[in-house]
Amino acid sequence: MASLKELKNRINSVESTKKITKAMQMVAAAKLRKAQEAAEAARPYAERMAAVMANLSSAMEGPDAPRLLVGTGKDDVHLLVVATADRGLCGGFNTNIARLARERVAALVGAGKTVKILTVGKKGYEALKRLHKDKIVDTVELKDVKSIDGSTAAMIGDKIRTLFEAGEFDVCEVVSSEFVSVISQKPRAQTLIPARDAIDETVERPDLKGAIYSYEPDEESILEVLLPRYVDTVILSALLENAAGEMGAKMAAMDSATRNAGELIDKLNLEYNRSRQAKITKELIEIISGAEAV
Amino acid sequence: MADKLHFDLVSPERRVFAGEVDMVVVPGSEGDFGVLANHAPFMSTIRTGAISVHSGNDVSRTFIRGGFAEVTAAGLTILAEEAIDLADVNAEDVSKSLAEAREDLGQARDDEERHEAEARIEKFQALLSELSH
Repeated sequence: MASLKELKNRINSVESTKKITKAMQMVAAAKLRKAQEAAEAARPYAERMAAVMANLSSAMEGPDAPRLLVGTGKDDVHLLVVATADRGLCGGFNTNIARLARERVAALVGAGKTVKILTVGKKGYEALKRLHKDKIVDTVELKDVKSIDGSTAAMIGDKIRTLFEAGEFDVCEVVSSEFVSVISQKPRAQTLIPARDAIDETVERPDLKGAIYSYEPDEESILEVLLPRYVDTVILSALLENAAGEMGAKMAAMDSATRNAGELIDKLNLEYNRSRQAKITKELIEIISGAEAV
Repeated sequence: MADKLHFDLVSPERRVFAGEVDMVVVPGSEGDFGVLANHAPFMSTIRTGAISVHSGNDVSRTFIRGGFAEVTAAGLTILAEEAIDLADVNAEDVSKSLAEAREDLGQARDDEERHEAEARIEKFQALLSELSH
């Protein structure tokens, strides 16, 4: 059995760990509220944007349609945009996203496609570089970004559009985490380019009731303005949901770490008291038997 | 009073306005247009400028930059990259920001910084001209 001093040291160290995890949990809870508000505030824009895109894309047919909308007509090269957090200590959050990304890569490679990866967030890069380093074409780290806003999304959107215009890929998918609730985050993969497929996945085509839109200037010019913005919007909402999910996962992870530390302290205290008593009893016995011998 | 128009103004960060109004005047890229209730379906890009929201005798003006307007049977939706209530800003602050942006332009080291400063100058100039109305 460990000595009393050793036990006392263990207890102290677990206690300070508990304090740290408790503090991290509270920080995560505060940040979660902010991130959740941001994610929810961004939702109307994304929804309206998707609805408008659905309207427009049903009006656009034929070979003149922009390539961002209808794709290149091939699906040989896939770009996976893997968005994770930049920091760990949030349970299975990053691992789950990376696992889904690996599954997608395996599925696509199995189907004979070429896969390229763009990682957003340090943890995703770290998780994927071991197996798929040759496929990673670019990485974006978020650690310099104080708060995620339109400009962050535009920066990533620009990278994707530049790659697309250079003919580097045909289909783009975003792998990120869906913020279901504070305690539940689900990794998901959604199509980004061609935008038409993405819209078909998410939005129901609105019933226009035979109404004919008039456009100013015209459909093509509007789409030209709209499509890049649509890409940015999808990325922004993915990033915001990720941020909220990360905080939610971190809060849950730190909560259970705090609880585990508490349990461990209880157990150690019990052991400490038991060995202290054993020691006292032993000393008493020694004294008594010493006295009897006299 | 005739029917009310449902009007949504959303920016990527938040929903700026949602409610029933009488009329909204929008600076379309090919000219200003007013939207009343029961407008025909219509879609337009927007140039940087101010929208006027008419509700009863009140007119509130909001500066918007980048985006587009969509009119459906359900109402008018404006998706703007940026929306600033003109009642929240004063000309002095904007002039100051404009001067700062000009200074940044002078000190810009590469094209990226230059473009960024130019975009800011453009925005503040437009904002200033709307404020003087």
